[in-house]
Amino acid sequence: MLIKKSDDINSSEITSEENYWNRRNFIRGAVLAGTSVATGLLYRQLNTPGREANKAEPASLPTTGGYVTPTGEAATAFEDITNYNNFYEFSTDKQAVARRAKNFVARPWTVEVGGLVHKPKTFDLDDLLKIAPLEDRVYRHRCVEAWSMVIPWLGFSLSKLLEQVEPMGDAKFVKFITLVDPQRMPNQRDDALPWPYVEGLRLDEAMHPLTTLAAGLYGKTLLPQNGAPLRLVVPWKYGFKGIKSIVQILLVKDQPVNTWNAVGPDEYGFYSNVNPKVSHPRWTQATERRIGEFGLRDTLMFNGYGDQVAGLYSGMDLKANY
Amino acid sequence: MPDIKFAKLAVLVNAAVPASLLFWDAYHHRLGTNPPEFVLHTTGTLTLVFLLLSLAVTPLRKVLGLPWMVQFRRMLGLFAFFHGCLHLLAYTWFDKAFNLRAIATDTIKRPFIFLGMLGFLILVPLAVTSTNKMIKRLGGRRWNRLHKMVYVAAISGVLHYYLLVKADTRIPLAFGAVLIALLAYRAINKFFPSMTERKPGRRPVMPTES
Repeated sequence: MLIKKSDDINSSEITSEENYWNRRNFIRGAVLAGTSVATGLLYRQLNTPGREANKAEPASLPTTGGYVTPTGEAATAFEDITNYNNFYEFSTDKQAVARRAKNFVARPWTVEVGGLVHKPKTFDLDDLLKIAPLEDRVYRHRCVEAWSMVIPWLGFSLSKLLEQVEPMGDAKFVKFITLVDPQRMPNQRDDALPWPYVEGLRLDEAMHPLTTLAAGLYGKTLLPQNGAPLRLVVPWKYGFKGIKSIVQILLVKDQPVNTWNAVGPDEYGFYSNVNPKVSHPRWTQATERRIGEFGLRDTLMFNGYGDQVAGLYSGMDLKANY
Repeated sequence: MPDIKFAKLAVLVNAAVPASLLFWDAYHHRLGTNPPEFVLHTTGTLTLVFLLLSLAVTPLRKVLGLPWMVQFRRMLGLFAFFHGCLHLLAYTWFDKAFNLRAIATDTIKRPFIFLGMLGFLILVPLAVTSTNKMIKRLGGRRWNRLHKMVYVAAISGVLHYYLLVKADTRIPLAFGAVLIALLAYRAINKFFPSMTERKPGRRPVMPTES
């Protein structure tokens, strides 16, 4: 005969059914909450528009007026101008450039101006900026990606610099070159673009008073993400013509091959004048989104500077010379 | 066999997280400098992510030997469709201001828009026929054949992304690599089934009557 042994677990220690279900629900809740937080963090990590506070206020340069275009368009917010940049030397993500460029030191800096000139010279940046008084120039900025801004640049006409070095008669084009230094421009370790970044202008375009060498914006020196310490601004052309962090300016005989033209010859031409009638092969250029606005604006021929610059291209087929 | 009902709930909740955060950020004006572009890119990327996740279910369940994973496939596919709808809405609204003629022109003229539209249009019948009732009505074989179209949608979706990018193609290429791997698995499965079959464990031999 078997004598039934009493259970070694006291009946009082058995988890009640209610508690069993409570614990189960608690674990389930924890799993849901935990995985959701993890998913949320992953999403944030991969996909949040970075925004540098830009707390380090750039050193002030002398400044004059308010920031509105002659047509009454207000300048885009400083925050936006300094957090949304195409500067592949730092990152191909427009919203990551400010963060990646934060530690870029743009001093000391020299700019070599040479090639077909009578008086070639390597300028120290501070000397170069004394060639002419810096002016506030509020220009529309139209990116080839169909967004636009209004930017209060601080600079002077490139012609002032070119006059100093006296171009020779057979100089027909100006070639601009950006710094190459993967230590300071980390994305140059990747081959997103062939380095150095190169741009070019026809000599008459380069001598046009609108063509600006900019050293600042909003009355302050340029932050690295905007092309410190010296960049080109050609307001009637797509933004990529405005080469940043320039170290070399050469006068040459033949039309230079600019970087984007080399990368995508059928998409980015040498001239790259803003032209609503010639679409990019992949998107329309007829409209643009002004940063800070929700709706679309019609893109203007020569970005609205036709009165001043159309004469440079009279008789030229702008569809063929895009 | 895990608790399928709960596992499905967990997938549902997690899959809803990115879009919820996107709406939350939009409400709080935290979408960066170009919010329309940010919404467009995020919804587009999420469409591809969920499309690839839904395509990863079959290889994963076979490789890992977890047949119940198939239960997630429909939900992941529907999430791809959901984000695709948001993406198309964002494009129609932000980029084209509901100008249907401009959208039609864009679709005909621009290969990357055409591919995006094609991918989305393929997802529509797949989403519509995703219910149990429709599976029954169509019959398993016809339903399966129809839903093979998801491969075309995924290929057009990835190409759509690749063609849009200006120079740095690393991310679209990564999506392409994952898609190729997932499709390659299916090709191998079809033409060399022995390579992907799991070795069957020893089964008790049924006594046969002689």
